[in-house]
Amino acid sequence: MNKPMPSSSPASPARRHFLRVGAAAGGGLLIGFGLGACNREPRNEKPPEAAVGNAATQVSDQAPGLAHNAFIRIDREGLVTLIVHKAEMGQGTYTSMPMLLAEELEVDLAKVRLEQAPADNSLYSDPLLGGQVTGGSTSVRGAWQPLRQAGAAARLLLVEAAAQAWKVDAASCQARNGMVTHGASGRSMHYGQLVDAAAKLPAPKAIVLKNPDQFTLIGKPVKRLDSAAKVNGQAKFGIDVRLPNMLVATVAASPVPGGALQSADEAKAMAVKGVRHVLKLDNAVAVAADHMWAARQGLAALAPTWSDGQHAGMTTAAIVADMKAAAESGKGAAVARNDGDVAKPAPKDGRTVEAVYELPFLAHATMEPMNCTVDLRADGCDLYVGTQVPSLAQGAAAKLTGLQNEQVRVHNHFLGGGFGRRLEVDFITQAVAFARQLKQPVKFIWTREEDVQHDMYRPYYYDRLAATLDEKGKPLSWSHRITGSSIMARFAPAAVTGGLDPDAVEGAKDMPYAIPNVRVDYVRHEPPVPTAFWRGVGPTHNIFVVESFIDELAAAAKQDPLSFRRDLLDKSPRMRAVLNLAAEKAGWGQPLQAIPGRRVGRGLSTQFAFGSYMAQVAEVSVGTDGEVQVHRVVCAVDCGQVVNPDTVVAQIESGVIFGLTAALWGEITFDKGRVQQSNFSDYRVMRMNEAPRIEVHIAKSSDAPGGVGEPGTSATAPALANAIFAATGQRLRKLPVASAQLKKTA
Amino acid sequence: MTTFTLNDQSTTLDLPEDMPLLWALRDVAGLTGTKFGCGIGACGACTVHLEGQAVRSCITPLSAVAGKKVTTIEAMEQHPVGQRVQAAWREIDVVQCGYCQSGQIMSATALLQTKPNPGDADIDSAMAGNICRCGTYGRIRAAIKIAAAKPEQGPRS
Repeated sequence: MNKPMPSSSPASPARRHFLRVGAAAGGGLLIGFGLGACNREPRNEKPPEAAVGNAATQVSDQAPGLAHNAFIRIDREGLVTLIVHKAEMGQGTYTSMPMLLAEELEVDLAKVRLEQAPADNSLYSDPLLGGQVTGGSTSVRGAWQPLRQAGAAARLLLVEAAAQAWKVDAASCQARNGMVTHGASGRSMHYGQLVDAAAKLPAPKAIVLKNPDQFTLIGKPVKRLDSAAKVNGQAKFGIDVRLPNMLVATVAASPVPGGALQSADEAKAMAVKGVRHVLKLDNAVAVAADHMWAARQGLAALAPTWSDGQHAGMTTAAIVADMKAAAESGKGAAVARNDGDVAKPAPKDGRTVEAVYELPFLAHATMEPMNCTVDLRADGCDLYVGTQVPSLAQGAAAKLTGLQNEQVRVHNHFLGGGFGRRLEVDFITQAVAFARQLKQPVKFIWTREEDVQHDMYRPYYYDRLAATLDEKGKPLSWSHRITGSSIMARFAPAAVTGGLDPDAVEGAKDMPYAIPNVRVDYVRHEPPVPTAFWRGVGPTHNIFVVESFIDELAAAAKQDPLSFRRDLLDKSPRMRAVLNLAAEKAGWGQPLQAIPGRRVGRGLSTQFAFGSYMAQVAEVSVGTDGEVQVHRVVCAVDCGQVVNPDTVVAQIESGVIFGLTAALWGEITFDKGRVQQSNFSDYRVMRMNEAPRIEVHIAKSSDAPGGVGEPGTSATAPALANAIFAATGQRLRKLPVASAQLKKTA
Repeated sequence: MTTFTLNDQSTTLDLPEDMPLLWALRDVAGLTGTKFGCGIGACGACTVHLEGQAVRSCITPLSAVAGKKVTTIEAMEQHPVGQRVQAAWREIDVVQCGYCQSGQIMSATALLQTKPNPGDADIDSAMAGNICRCGTYGRIRAAIKIAAAKPEQGPRS
């Protein structure tokens, strides 16, 4: 994995033609370029087949209409506009993307303005995901090369334009801070003065990127560019859209998956002041009104009833019993990894350890509930929404309305949290279906209750593990069977081969410990509940299981969890380095301060996922009533070359809180076919007074960038559970943490 | 018909008296900086000031604001404490997705108005009602302390 970063090498021949240069209407320079396909192959990456919808095509000079695929415009004032192909959902892309460009373009970041890219899979596909998708912690990894190359190309054009104007050699000119200067003659021109001439030049033939030691912006803490609008109420999220003549609607869908609308008291709903329309689908109703309050009251008056259908009796217990049977039978198990022979029994003085781990269904509970504003006309459709998948939204609306893709315009907004929820278009499809019944724009807003009860959930997982240890406690074999829903089979079926869902086994198949006999397999089991990606995706499930079970083995071997892991990581220098860093910063091995009446403990986890190495150490205390308090989380990360260190820290702080929330309390359960949780009152999330101190330590690295949006989340639950084990001796094999199990009996 | 002072301007809205202030602000007055998060006063995204106190506008009926002073995030740039809080938020980049931050800033501003130098326990009790799913709590705490340490400045002229 320690490949040199290919930053200073000239662009490969295949990449030379990725640029198109042209003039902007009314003056200025346009640069169009392809995001290309990734030529690195980082481990445990989502395969390109994870393409949503259309397969990725490399954008090249075949792409028609430069204005449409122009990623950069530079006007006569020298202002740079970057068309961002990534959504901003808190992860900082609206800062990191312009940083990549500005580094090579040699402009002040303040001169770069952003425009959200329209829906277009062929132009704005992520090279790692193969679709116009923001997810999988890929934004910086995917844009790292092309955005810097585009910036460098624009700079070369501007320098060439200046050199020609001055009749000097371009090599004797320098670009800095939005200006080209010719040192020998003391002449200089602003970029704005050069754009028209530059637009007439051919695309540069060879682009040489800076070496990391030449960076002036990348790697330095840069203030977020979206902060100002987010502290004064001006930032526009999808839910904030207001159009002339727009109604506001709220929705109720069948509480049981597969159920249907039976009755609704329309007259009563229409009698509510401000209510304009009652809208019906087979499995949902909506009330459209002058404002949300009238819509909500109208929906209450409508009092829809439902025929629950075949899942009327669904319970979590029944789903899990079914999964357990599937796991035990192993029918259709797809083998992800099979090294050596795990069937060999433990030696005479050795040991066998077995365990079953279970992880619950989880809701995303983004702060901004699902919403979509639809302006549908005979000749087109405008969607105003915050989405991680603009092209999928466009396609869904086109399919439903019979319009062409080009007739559907997606106006993407800030996302009030994504976490994977906004990779789905269920709520957009539903909004368009309702909107077909109206002749005016409508904003559809789900209540929090609708949002929690009609989420597409992180799947329930049922994992069986077994390992053998030799007489010294060294692991000889490790087998891991994962049973659960395949999100990929629905989301990106081409990525599933031979029944193996790469996401479901990510973090398990590539578990880092050197054990001679390893088998990992996967049994697909679909519950009657819709499932979807959730922050940290496969690793959030598998890292918890792997890092908890390795901790069990350390305990079985009566060894320190740190040295036990370290001994098995001989061949993973970057992993060992972050493990050592986290342990050192956390004071591993030193006694924790005693807290009267509480049991204290420290636990750790390691992880390689999303191209980044991470280790976490959690410190907890547990009361006699079993209540857990997390006091401190120390995290060490090696995410390769850092673009914005403050964003790396912020994303990891965020991920830790998200992971702790889920591990401590997160659980969606079903009874009588219905979700039993409804709002923040019973779907508990971590609050200010419960949040631990979080310390993030970044290991210096010049490897290619790794993702940071999700690793913090996926590494947290096992560090927590292992700390609880250290404090109480109770091994938590089922999430969320059950306080009842942790009560101290005198 | 409800008349109240909204961001220093007398405002009259012809709306049901039981209508939550949140929807009057967002859907009628057009002030969308105040956010909808839960509708039951459990998340704090809709926090505004009523006579200087932080309240959850999603469970505050219009009848409760009649004749009173309502202040929203849109007025914080003119608010002597609010602008300090905003500056502190920007100084250490508190925001991520940003959706909850209007409410966080309104709660923090109300806290600093009554307790100019809050301790950790004060911050916990004033801010525990405001959820942030991006988990910016550590930075919110730090920003409140930064804002508290800054000397009072007059409103921008």
